[in-house]
Amino acid sequence: MLNLLVSIKQVPDTTNIRINPETGTLIREGVPAIINPYDISALALACNLKKTYGGKITVITMGPPQARLALKEALEYFADRIILLTDRKFAGADTLATSYTLAEAIIFLEKTDRPFDLYFFGKQAIDGDTAQVGPGVAARLNVQVITYTIKVDELDLEKRKIVVQRKTEKGIEILSAKLPVLLTCEREAGHPMFSPLSAILQAQKAEPEVFGVDGRIPYELNRLGLKGSPTRVHRVYTPEIKKQGKMVNLDEVGVEAAVEEIIKLLKAKGVL
Amino acid sequence: MTAETSKEVWVYIEQEEKAIHPVSFELLGVAKRLAQDLEGITAGVLLGHEVSDLTSEIFAYGADKVYIVSHPALVYYRHITYAKALSEVSKRYKPEILLLPATPLGRDLAGGVATLLETGLTADVTELSIDKATKNLLMTRPAYGGNIIATIICPDHRPQMASVRPRIFPMPERKEERTGEIITVEVEISEEEVGVERIGFIPKEKTVKIELAEVIVAGGKGIGGKEGFAKLSELAKLLNGEVGASRLAVEAGWISYEHQVGQTGKTVRPKVYLAVGTSGAIQHRAGMQNSDCIISINIDPKADIFKISDLGIVGDWKKIIPALIERIKKEKGLG
Repeated sequence: MLNLLVSIKQVPDTTNIRINPETGTLIREGVPAIINPYDISALALACNLKKTYGGKITVITMGPPQARLALKEALEYFADRIILLTDRKFAGADTLATSYTLAEAIIFLEKTDRPFDLYFFGKQAIDGDTAQVGPGVAARLNVQVITYTIKVDELDLEKRKIVVQRKTEKGIEILSAKLPVLLTCEREAGHPMFSPLSAILQAQKAEPEVFGVDGRIPYELNRLGLKGSPTRVHRVYTPEIKKQGKMVNLDEVGVEAAVEEIIKLLKAKGVL
Repeated sequence: MTAETSKEVWVYIEQEEKAIHPVSFELLGVAKRLAQDLEGITAGVLLGHEVSDLTSEIFAYGADKVYIVSHPALVYYRHITYAKALSEVSKRYKPEILLLPATPLGRDLAGGVATLLETGLTADVTELSIDKATKNLLMTRPAYGGNIIATIICPDHRPQMASVRPRIFPMPERKEERTGEIITVEVEISEEEVGVERIGFIPKEKTVKIELAEVIVAGGKGIGGKEGFAKLSELAKLLNGEVGASRLAVEAGWISYEHQVGQTGKTVRPKVYLAVGTSGAIQHRAGMQNSDCIISINIDPKADIFKISDLGIVGDWKKIIPALIERIKKEKGLG
């Protein structure tokens, strides 16, 4: 029986983000919150392994109280146990403090239940795009990490060995690793299956187990949230836009003249 | 100021099979500028097995020092061995700044190393400078899909770490005659403890190298389908260039992800970027706005892409692109 952990993040759907042009701040109203798409793939991969080998999936997230909705959605993807880490003291965490908060909770779960065989993360979250938290948690748990996972080829529970395909710049690398391993997942790692109606109904009723700075997980306060974050936002602004050049209207000048303008520029830049 | 007390700006030199990724040299260029502002020196960190031949290249691109860790367990990249070696060297020699390429390999490495060093790491930085008053590194990056730009600092932890994507900074001048100090560092790694092994590799059949192209002909949603991209490809070939695409075009399945330019795709800075039927969403602009010259064609006179274009043509690309292809063929004596 596999013991699987999946870490997810609730993110704003960045394709729908708008900026207040006067203040340069995000307009959060009306921006839907979704589960980070790469985390869905991670969850789907865990779910495929659970189907083949049997086992249990625990899904964990750190976030504001409303992140419980992301966890409830995870139940529709066949999660068995859902854990929400939420506390005002977690707020403002950068990737270092986030990896600490998650890793301490994972260690707590392992102590109170049993160790995980595999840990799944998305390759990155679409709001920050840092790709740092997965490897960071692996470093804290002192387990192997395999990033950019696209496929699990083999899993041998007796030998405690896994064979994984990962994407690199030059091709696909096939790695054999001893369990436990932390995998960060590409989109192709897994595609979620449709949930039966019963799972959806159950998800509506279920609530996550909630942990904070309440003494159960032995958090050091100075390593949490903004206080535990070495990086600081110094300044935020909307991007400057380069000066506009010459404009030509095709219908006014005709195709030939417009083509001539392009040719002139291509020659000036030495590419023709 | 002696070498022991001067502030060092380090660049992780990414090598695979004894070939250095060119982004490492771009980072040496920016490291040199930062080192000057700190009155410090620039150093490269090279990990691998029997890679000492590569040091002359690292000096040629501006390093004053090269730290080398050579070990059989480092013969190919694995997170655990490389993260251990790089964090050990940093702990021992305490750089002020550590820059890494934001390549798949560099990103894999950076998150682990920052955690082992318990320091801050800023990903995908697009600007780097030194704050005159505090001497802190100012790391600027786009956030939320490029909708805002944030400058990040790491005031109380060292090294200050940042990853930078290829083609963000220009390639510095190569000077053959430059040399410097080589420091060989021993790190203990035992193969048994590693627990991960490469057992196979499938090279990419065709690699699209749009990052290095001098001309890019890019299409967006307005291209409408695969046939349209075939036309752009014909034009790109005539100009010895490559085809780029916006996220929407890639997500529509008209062209593969390798061609995607933007915040979640590649960053390019060609001599000429010809944007066809792309609205110029900020997520796309983040990957191409540093191009030398931007020419754009769009039917919508209000398209944002025009605001950053050197030449903007309002009209239907289907009318102008075929005419442009014919005109270039004539120019080259092909038609």
